[in-house]
Amino acid sequence: MSAPSERKVVLEAGIEVKPLYDAADVTASARALPTLEGEQVGKPGEYPFTRGIHALMYRKQPFTMRQYAGFGTAAETNARFKYLIANGQTGLNVAYDLPTQCGLDSDDPRAAAEVGRVGMAIDTFADFEQAFEGIDLEKVTVSHTINSIAPIVLAMNTALAKRRGLDVRKLRGTLQNDLLKEFIGRGTWIFPVDPSLKLTGDTMEYCAKELPLYSPVSVCGYHIRESGAHPAQEMGFAFLIARAYADRALERGLDIDDFASRLSFNFDIYGSLFEQVAKFRAGRRLWARIMREDYKAKDPKSCWMRMIAGGGGGGLTVEQPELNIVRGAYYALISALSGTQTMALCSYDEAYTIPSERAARISLRTMQLLLEEMGLADTVDPLGGSYYVETLTNQMEAAIRQVMADVERDGGIVQGVKDGRVQAMVAKQAYQRQKDLESGRVRKVGVNCYRSEGDETVVEFHPFKADQAAVQRERLAQVKQRRDAGRVAAALEQLRSAAAKGVNVMPQLIDAVEQLATVGEMVQALKQVYGEYKEPVRFA
Amino acid sequence: MGKAIRVLVAKPGLDGHDVGAKVVAQALREAGMEVVDTGLRQTPEAIARTALQEAVDVVGLSILSGAHLQLCAEVKKALDHEQVDDVVLMVGGVIPDRDRAALEQLGFSGVFAFGSHLDDVVRFIKEKVP
Repeated sequence: MSAPSERKVVLEAGIEVKPLYDAADVTASARALPTLEGEQVGKPGEYPFTRGIHALMYRKQPFTMRQYAGFGTAAETNARFKYLIANGQTGLNVAYDLPTQCGLDSDDPRAAAEVGRVGMAIDTFADFEQAFEGIDLEKVTVSHTINSIAPIVLAMNTALAKRRGLDVRKLRGTLQNDLLKEFIGRGTWIFPVDPSLKLTGDTMEYCAKELPLYSPVSVCGYHIRESGAHPAQEMGFAFLIARAYADRALERGLDIDDFASRLSFNFDIYGSLFEQVAKFRAGRRLWARIMREDYKAKDPKSCWMRMIAGGGGGGLTVEQPELNIVRGAYYALISALSGTQTMALCSYDEAYTIPSERAARISLRTMQLLLEEMGLADTVDPLGGSYYVETLTNQMEAAIRQVMADVERDGGIVQGVKDGRVQAMVAKQAYQRQKDLESGRVRKVGVNCYRSEGDETVVEFHPFKADQAAVQRERLAQVKQRRDAGRVAAALEQLRSAAAKGVNVMPQLIDAVEQLATVGEMVQALKQVYGEYKEPVRFA
Repeated sequence: MGKAIRVLVAKPGLDGHDVGAKVVAQALREAGMEVVDTGLRQTPEAIARTALQEAVDVVGLSILSGAHLQLCAEVKKALDHEQVDDVVLMVGGVIPDRDRAALEQLGFSGVFAFGSHLDDVVRFIKEKVP
């Protein structure tokens, strides 16, 4: 064994860690970065926002707590939402079931095994209304984990606000709506890459013009990291993807400052604490630079890397699940130290099942504990100025820049996703990580060290009600009975025709939603024009 | 040297989490097997047809949505329909211990829940396929 000081420590992004850092390291690492306007670190609330996007951060407003929730029918999900709100949760993060995410109605044979299983089933606007019944949309903001059918969910959200007599120009909310990452990981694509991007453009344009406070896209480094990317790739790929969306919005004649402030990000947390904190600080600075230098944004808000970060499903283990409560607490700590806007933790049972009420409450309490007991809201960017953290922040920025340059040199992110190169790259790394875990090169407590043989699993499984699919199908049949079939058909034809003309389909979607067209019918109308995605041939 | 073992790695249902399927496929290839990877969202019928056409020795399913009991039963039925009865059946993913017996009874002799090792998957196939 070599002495501890001689042991080589290399972070996932390839940065080698020294046993000790001082001011000279900060200076040297900064010198390796391009010289640009503004200080490297600067002040929170000021460009380039390394220390945070707001001057006072959590002193003024603590991070939003937004646990991911949804299962079964809209009515069951509505009850869980109310439970979380009653326990102090300040935002909602909606899980939709796989049929809904893939644009299939609950009565579709392909949906039979999966209605209401990993999220709630939404077939028509009637379900959507029920999901948010009794919830004040002006007080509780809603984030929708929805991608391919994000334009339909936006239409439903708009229709709901209108029906309640709210001013849609003041409506807040977030769509995940990040299709490029769905092709890389997560896999709930429907349409081919180009029409998917066209629809993203439609939502961005519609929000910029009609719902200026709504966030139409939350770009997810999260799932790319979960699919095998390292932290610098997570940020680099997410930024390239965000640029692709920004470019689509600009093609619509929008100004960068019309929409950039409503772009947000969703990032992953697991692994080295300091690497994670540096990743976020570097990312915040680099995104600000991209917006100002490359896109000439003038509004400081356009330069904000707003994010949700907390969960780290990839870090949790099925072995010794109680340890996931501890891991969750560390991830939450990292998130707070990194200046997140919104936090959502994976619950300790989430490696097995939909979180129980108890597990969801523990996650929520973990976040509340940071604010109430641990002093995480007391001061801004408490790690700022640490020799190690500032050096690592600089090195991480360089690493992210390198990732982005490599992809652009090879034809860009959109082309890389189309021909499957990006997918192959992250899959190769996922394989290597699995090998490293099995060989013990990467240590994982409870998995390849400190195992407790014979430990009882303490997780209780979420009761999946096999009859709920039938309940949902019956509900759908009733809605189909009472709607005006002629008006539905006309609305769907208008939708198809708008798609064929290449114009923004949001007005037609809102009309179809209000006529109680089903998600499956609307997707079918769009498929007639756009076709369906075919996965690229997999690399051997 | 004998003929290489042929394995179909398939994802039935709508679940899009395919890291596990890709990782296993890669491990099997490195172990000298020929792997056919269907990609996402395969119907049980399509899986059975591919198993028949590709003359595979092993069919391995990956399911993380919790729908494994239903989907495995449907795939088994489709395989029976195509009279594919001489293949080794495996399933991996988020599979609780309590479902293991039911899956084995369906004919899935290899059940690899989260936390399984790649070596164990390779060894299992080599033992089962002569």
